[in-house]
Amino acid sequence: MIRSLRRWLAVIALSFLPFGIHVAEAQLSIEIVGGAGTAIPIAIVPFDAEGTWPLSISQIVAADLQRSGLFRLVDTSGIVPRPVRAQDVEASVWRARNADAVVVGSMLPTPDGRADVRFALVDVVKQTALVQMGFTVAPAQFRITAHKIADIIYEKLTGDRGVFSTRIAYITKQGSRFQLLVADADGYGPQSIVSSNEPLLSPRWSPDGTRLAYVSLENRKPVVYVQSLETGVRRAIANFRGSNSSPAWSPDGRKLAVTLTKDGGSQVYLMNPDGSGVTRVMASQAIDTEAMFTPDGQSLVFTSDRGGTPQIYRASLLGGQVERLTFEGSYNVSPRPLPDGKGIVFVRRDGGRFQIATLDYATHQVQVLTAGPNDESPSVAPNGKLVIYESQDGGRGILAAVSMDGRVKQRLVAPATDVREPAWGPFPRS
Amino acid sequence: MRNLLFVAFIAAALVGCSSTPTTEAPVEDHGTSGATAPGAGGAQTGGAQGGNVSGSQLGDELHNPSSILSKRSVYFDFDSFVVKDEYRPLVEAHARYLSSHPNARMTIQGNTDERGSREYNIALGQKRADAAKRMMVLLGAKDGQIETVSFGKEKPKNPGHDEAAWAENRRDDIVYAGE
Repeated sequence: MIRSLRRWLAVIALSFLPFGIHVAEAQLSIEIVGGAGTAIPIAIVPFDAEGTWPLSISQIVAADLQRSGLFRLVDTSGIVPRPVRAQDVEASVWRARNADAVVVGSMLPTPDGRADVRFALVDVVKQTALVQMGFTVAPAQFRITAHKIADIIYEKLTGDRGVFSTRIAYITKQGSRFQLLVADADGYGPQSIVSSNEPLLSPRWSPDGTRLAYVSLENRKPVVYVQSLETGVRRAIANFRGSNSSPAWSPDGRKLAVTLTKDGGSQVYLMNPDGSGVTRVMASQAIDTEAMFTPDGQSLVFTSDRGGTPQIYRASLLGGQVERLTFEGSYNVSPRPLPDGKGIVFVRRDGGRFQIATLDYATHQVQVLTAGPNDESPSVAPNGKLVIYESQDGGRGILAAVSMDGRVKQRLVAPATDVREPAWGPFPRS
Repeated sequence: MRNLLFVAFIAAALVGCSSTPTTEAPVEDHGTSGATAPGAGGAQTGGAQGGNVSGSQLGDELHNPSSILSKRSVYFDFDSFVVKDEYRPLVEAHARYLSSHPNARMTIQGNTDERGSREYNIALGQKRADAAKRMMVLLGAKDGQIETVSFGKEKPKNPGHDEAAWAENRRDDIVYAGE
């Protein structure tokens, strides 16, 4: 069973601690601490023949849907015989348990060692099968397949695209050791991308999910790197005089915006992913930084203190007009454009508390999503529905996530580790 | 058997901890290295103030605890980049040192306290480093002798979370080439 093997892994890794060697990767555990008011009650029946495999697909599907905060799992025990196909589902039985939907399926082995994975999503109110699908996959693909099934169910029942198949990057600090890690969105399988004795910050996914840009202080100054996730090969793309930081990819992946101080003062530049073609975007006498491309690729939102205090502005890359976006309070920073192009998520300081908030371009309305007091570094999920960010708990850095309506809340923690600077990866290329 | 393999794998993985940054595959740095990295002191010429400026003399002045030159940190008020009057003598001393040792190079590292955005704090720290540099250049140092960089809030001197810790972290640190 994979679970007991992982327990062995943890035991063996921990037993090396007295020798000063710590666990190589910090596994994130994710818990729901606040759910949507109207969660959809759904029953995920264990799949037929699931127990014969090292991984139970239905369990991952159930965990994904529950973790989203939009679903409430209904008890599936005591139904004999176990339903396996859509036509096996007796609506009255499930209605009696207050379920709105039921998922059934099977994982039957094929002669060549793979599994014939089938599932059905049944609406027990309308008494119709909403989805019926099958995949033939090798055991190494069970996890991806489970997330894909969860995405399909999520989209069918909520109308929004699911993000269960995505990955997150984040940075950990244990003592004087920093790591940039990439894990599945459910925290599973963290991979160490960079390991260093000096701070790392600002991880940013390329739009195609194949590279990460980040800032490293290993050269005793901030330098921007771009690293391939597949090969591990990296290139220092911005190492000019002074500080080089705040990388951000254009939507087509062909440019990065960066903050350089080489011409005196923090200013925004564009460059190619290999570091060539450096051009200055704007010239101001102030701090200009944290530039991010809008989804249409035609503007940058950025932080500037040109007005006296740090506020968020938008600059057109076509005409050069600069427009101020934030007007409340004396500290509004870290703009992150929403995927639908209708606004931003950002960080505001209110009475000394740092909070995550959203701004709608059309209505100019600011909605505060978190209470703080030390919430920062937000990153928006590619479906625009969730924001992951850095928070504090008892002096320790943790990650947290909140839904756009502020209701669903998650905590992501790793034992004995400061976790910071999350970056939500793009939808996988299909 | 699989348990034994896992033990071997973990042992191999954990032994690989080193002190330099590691990535998944061999690192190839194709840097656009436009950095003016502080040189290692450079050639010795006749001292501008008469007398020989030898390597060991350079070291002594900068590290003599009774010399103001051994003091390397300038502290700042919250949200401020102004070099306070109490640090003027220190900044002045280092500026005069640079002025009289044309081959000396320094880096001024700007820092902030832990509050707020990491990237915005990189920029704030940079502004603090630039403020000290500007003062030194006005007092006789050459622009090319000083590089300014920022660590933002990433390298605090004091890991605490109170006013005292924050005050200790809002600082410029002066580091001479070769140190």
